Amino acid sequence: MDAQQALADLTEISSQIQAAVVFDEQGKVAASTLEEGRADALAEGVGRLLEQALDVKVGAGGPLIQLEAATDEGSVFVVADGPTRIAATTAPDPTVGLVFYDLKSALRSIAAKPAARRPTPKKPAAPKKTTGAKKKPAPRNKKTDAT
Amino acid sequence: MRRSVAALVGVAGGMLAGAAFIRRRTVDRDRVDLYYQDGSMVSLSNGSPGADRLLPLAREILRKTR
Repeated sequence: MDAQQALADLTEISSQIQAAVVFDEQGKVAASTLEEGRADALAEGVGRLLEQALDVKVGAGGPLIQLEAATDEGSVFVVADGPTRIAATTAPDPTVGLVFYDLKSALRSIAAKPAARRPTPKKPAAPKKTTGAKKKPAPRNKKTDAT
Repeated sequence: MRRSVAALVGVAGGMLAGAAFIRRRTVDRDRVDLYYQDGSMVSLSNGSPGADRLLPLAREILRKTR
């Protein structure tokens, strides 16, 4: 999916997201909900934030894939998938899990290219099982005592 | 007379407690959570060495995007 379309879908789905930008490792903006100058500033700021975050190593393992910076003015979210990054800003006290989920979904939809459909090999039809079918017990008739 | 003084002291005490609660909530809110590929997460609260560098950058980003 086109990055701009993915961001349009993202802001439509998530009312918590105020601004979002998709950019690469070099800070090149692929799509944004902001106008060009502010989008570049957001990407550049988030790039610096990521750089500083990479320096923080408190016994953590593996590369940094997600970040949330929460302040009284709002929150900044960043999700990285290989060279592609998506960043978003929200109002204070967002639903963190939901925002991360929406950002990851947007990134996935950008990464997913419309691949040509491969014909799936047909499995030979399994023979129908006729044995082992349990016989239903006959329903009990209710006693109709007319006394 | 005594009653009104007690009421005033009560209201003032309530306001102080409320202000302290709000202040504490605001201070607690400032933090940075870092998630790594191996599933681990590091939370840097306000005042920690890492957060001191990251939180001003986050505030700057938020101001720029407004």
